Amino acid sequence: MYVAVKGGERAIENAHALLADARRGERAVPEISLQQIDNQLALGVDRVMCEGSLYDRELAALAIKQARGDMIEAIFLLRAYRTTLPRFGASEPIETGAMDIRRRISATFKDLPGGQVLGPTFDYTHRLLDHTLAQESDVASAATAPVDDTPYRSVADLLGDNGLIERAAPQEGQGADVGDLTREPLSFPAGRDLRLQNLARGDEGFLLSLAYSTQRGYGRNHPFAGEIRFGEVEVEFFAEEVGFAVPLGTVFMTECQMVNQFTGGDTTAPCFTRGYGLAFGQSERKALAMALVDRALRARELGEETDAPAQDEEFVLSHSDNVQATGFVEHLKLPHYVDFQAELGLLRKLRAEFFERNGESETPMQDAAE
Amino acid sequence: MTAPAYNFAYLDEQTKRMIRRAILKAIAIPGYQVPFASREMPMPYGWGTGGVQVTAAILGPNDVLKVIDQGSDDTTNAVSIRKFFVKTAGVKTTTTTTEATVIQTRHRIPETPLGDHQVLVYQVPIPEPLRFLEPRETETRRMHALSEYGLMHVKLYEDISRHGHIATAYAYPVKVDDRYVMDPSPIPKFDNPKMNDCPALQLFGAGREKRIYAIPPYTQVVSLDFEDHPFEPYRHDASCELCGATDSYLDEVITDDRGTRMFVCSDTDYCGTRRAMGHGTAAEDTEAAHDDR
Repeated sequence: MYVAVKGGERAIENAHALLADARRGERAVPEISLQQIDNQLALGVDRVMCEGSLYDRELAALAIKQARGDMIEAIFLLRAYRTTLPRFGASEPIETGAMDIRRRISATFKDLPGGQVLGPTFDYTHRLLDHTLAQESDVASAATAPVDDTPYRSVADLLGDNGLIERAAPQEGQGADVGDLTREPLSFPAGRDLRLQNLARGDEGFLLSLAYSTQRGYGRNHPFAGEIRFGEVEVEFFAEEVGFAVPLGTVFMTECQMVNQFTGGDTTAPCFTRGYGLAFGQSERKALAMALVDRALRARELGEETDAPAQDEEFVLSHSDNVQATGFVEHLKLPHYVDFQAELGLLRKLRAEFFERNGESETPMQDAAE
Repeated sequence: MTAPAYNFAYLDEQTKRMIRRAILKAIAIPGYQVPFASREMPMPYGWGTGGVQVTAAILGPNDVLKVIDQGSDDTTNAVSIRKFFVKTAGVKTTTTTTEATVIQTRHRIPETPLGDHQVLVYQVPIPEPLRFLEPRETETRRMHALSEYGLMHVKLYEDISRHGHIATAYAYPVKVDDRYVMDPSPIPKFDNPKMNDCPALQLFGAGREKRIYAIPPYTQVVSLDFEDHPFEPYRHDASCELCGATDSYLDEVITDDRGTRMFVCSDTDYCGTRRAMGHGTAAEDTEAAHDDR
């Protein structure tokens, strides 16, 4: 008769044991190593580090393995780990102009100082399944150019020399503390620092769709990819004890400087506007999408109409986080017996009153079910 | 890799201090939603992270913790959260309402009246009672500041004109201390009257939405209604088939594929205690249990 709901504890333990078993899969197949994930699924590692807000390839690879390749689950694992880490402070701003460039392209100038560097990219590949990869493949090492230490200024900076593009956020922020939405609750309107932090942590798919919507006319902002660069930058930390900034190491980053249509008019000279994207690792789609959405979110500041979803700060920032989104959507799997019972009771009452009013009784089928 | 050693009740002391400040502010302004820097917890948002953070911030080594979900100590998520605190705080746990000093709950208030030595911590999904009327936080905060609750009354009025009743069966809005309209979390409106003048401190934590709010002990909590349509708590036309209780909130259990159903207490501790006291099989109530209108 009555199936008691006791035994939840054992059921959970058993479910977790099954999960571990399924994660390992067929035992005859060699277990995947973190090095393999890091090396051969590198872009997945990049995404998990970026949206997990923690630059650690080994931990990201571990998260991907533990999550069985479920990227959002992996991001969640990394975030939950990150939140427990002590914070020593904020690094000095990184100088992407001094980036050790692996890839750098501009869609606005055919050539520019430093040139166009294609680097490792899917662009221009024909998306034909390469069946030779089904077996172990012997890939010859690729030709590379000698390291060039010259720092190359960004396209946006070059345009800025002539005043053709707005100055990069001439804000109070320079040198001041930047906000951190993982330490303070986000409130609206948010400063651009918090907006960019939110977007950098935001779900790639969500930002991609929003960015796409601006291109299709929902908050169009006429973008040109002024420059995308990917490479290694040094991170420095100002140590109070020694009185100067000490290098902590290097990180790989992708930066996108978007050049968008004009602002200015009666009182200021017309100039291009900026959208900015920055992501850990090689995450070009993310950086591009972020730059488009950043620019869309500047609509109010630039005196534009703000009727498109991508321009709605509260809408975008409140829904961009996939760890929050997945938690709340998936919580529908939790029991809701109590609320459902309350709704059921109300609905039955309303139906009974309906049938009473209309002098009908419920259909025989339903009577039988009652 | 070895498991990192976590602080008592998982959160670091800095974070606990931040949360305690938010709790104190919430107690000082009953029903007001205090923003707090909610942390990423090792369980998903929407699964009780707000309640867990509040519990972690108030828990002491001598506390006795009870965790319920849907009124039951044995539902999977309640088990998971209880285990989390056993693991990270090593506190004593109980399923007996009267023994607990801290009770974390999702969707129910225990049937056994609470005492002034107890704290009830609610898990809250959407803390803003006006959210489904006005999606913008910037707007709803202004509405609260100005006590501008007309929109809510219009909604309740529209319910009545359309259905003849206020069509809200759970998360039924209340007014706290004659000032703030508050979401009681998705408890059935059956439980609403228990919040009023309650000797226990009631704390509400919404992790994903980063809000904490509170009802201090012995505070007036009124469910919104109209003079000619007074609030009526939900009443079951049945009694518990296990313990015969007629005053408890009941879960409906479908027992076969022909739609036969029975009703049992949602509060498993209440039901179990009654049965232990000899209230039994409820033979005299069986008929009523099946007669569900």
